[in-house]
Amino acid sequence: MIRSTNNIYLSLNEPSALDYIELLKLKVMRLAIFTAGVAMIISSNNLNPFIALGSIICIALGAGGSGALNMWWDSDIDLLMKRTSKRPIPDGKITSDQALSFGVFLSIFSVIFLALFANFLSALLLAFTISFYIFIYTMFLKRTTPYNIVIGGAAGAFPPLIGWAVSTNTIGIESFLLFLLIFLWTPPHFWSLCLITKKDYSITKVPMLTETHGVKATKLQIFIYAIILAISSIIISFTNIGGYFYFISSLILNSIFIFYSYVLLMNPYNPNNENFPKEKKLFLYSIFYLFMLFLLLLIEHFTKLLFPSYLIMVKDLIWI
Amino acid sequence: MDLNKLENDINQKRKSKNLWLALSLGSFIVVVFFVTIAKLSDGNSIEGFDHTLRPSLIKE
Repeated sequence: MIRSTNNIYLSLNEPSALDYIELLKLKVMRLAIFTAGVAMIISSNNLNPFIALGSIICIALGAGGSGALNMWWDSDIDLLMKRTSKRPIPDGKITSDQALSFGVFLSIFSVIFLALFANFLSALLLAFTISFYIFIYTMFLKRTTPYNIVIGGAAGAFPPLIGWAVSTNTIGIESFLLFLLIFLWTPPHFWSLCLITKKDYSITKVPMLTETHGVKATKLQIFIYAIILAISSIIISFTNIGGYFYFISSLILNSIFIFYSYVLLMNPYNPNNENFPKEKKLFLYSIFYLFMLFLLLLIEHFTKLLFPSYLIMVKDLIWI
Repeated sequence: MDLNKLENDINQKRKSKNLWLALSLGSFIVVVFFVTIAKLSDGNSIEGFDHTLRPSLIKE
């Protein structure tokens, strides 16, 4: 802090609006908005659009708040990793205290307003998600166990449950299956990223699976998860939100996922090769995969709405 | 260090931050307004039991 010529106190690192926006982890927020939004739409036909919009804003702010709190806690290791060293705190654009207060404010604000806009169940789920992400994943699991991302992935899997609760005030079997889908998708998605940024994690001593159990074991885990993920995502076809489109497309999408992870498993790892083509392919495909599955659920929903004859057809398929 | 330049720079950043804040608060107020309308037109939250039986409270 210095004193200017007109007696105004100036902080030397005055953060800009964009620095604050960067704290929100927009990529994670985008996933939360999309999955919660889809769950909200497919679970009910009579949700008021303004209540839906308000709730989506609250979920986005909750995700942003937990992103800011995560950056506040992890600023020491973010500084060491190439991928994260340009984040606002390690870069010196925002102080830890500013990030902390911003994160706490957004988290509390989002929970209170979700309770007012939608219902208590969804607000409770949002509060639980934020607390789980910060207290269980960021503060505890991340630096202690190589399976951090397996359990921590639950935090990213909650948004569809929250979206479902917003429009129905319940937790249905379908929303639980959507939760399971993201929960099982997170480990192979994140581990493929870890294979690319392996060097970073060895500097920070964060016990990622690639460090504690080696590359081969990680690739095997990715392959096993790809198979379990396939089963859990295909099961959704036989629920009220699924249908023939989803069934056939998810068969194809899952076969490709398993194929890519098999290719990765069989491919020898070369740490000197900076390009990691197979790892990058799986990582990018995993994002496309999840996006497509949720998009297919939306298509199923609107097809049933617009073509009642399709709904009658699909009824034979539903057994959950 | 050129204090005037620094002050200008900081004022710029504060100005844009205030603008962002004003815009987001303004749009949030609009959302709250429309959610309130949506909730009230639902009717459930404005008509509760106040110890007097009214015909509208009896379900058909």
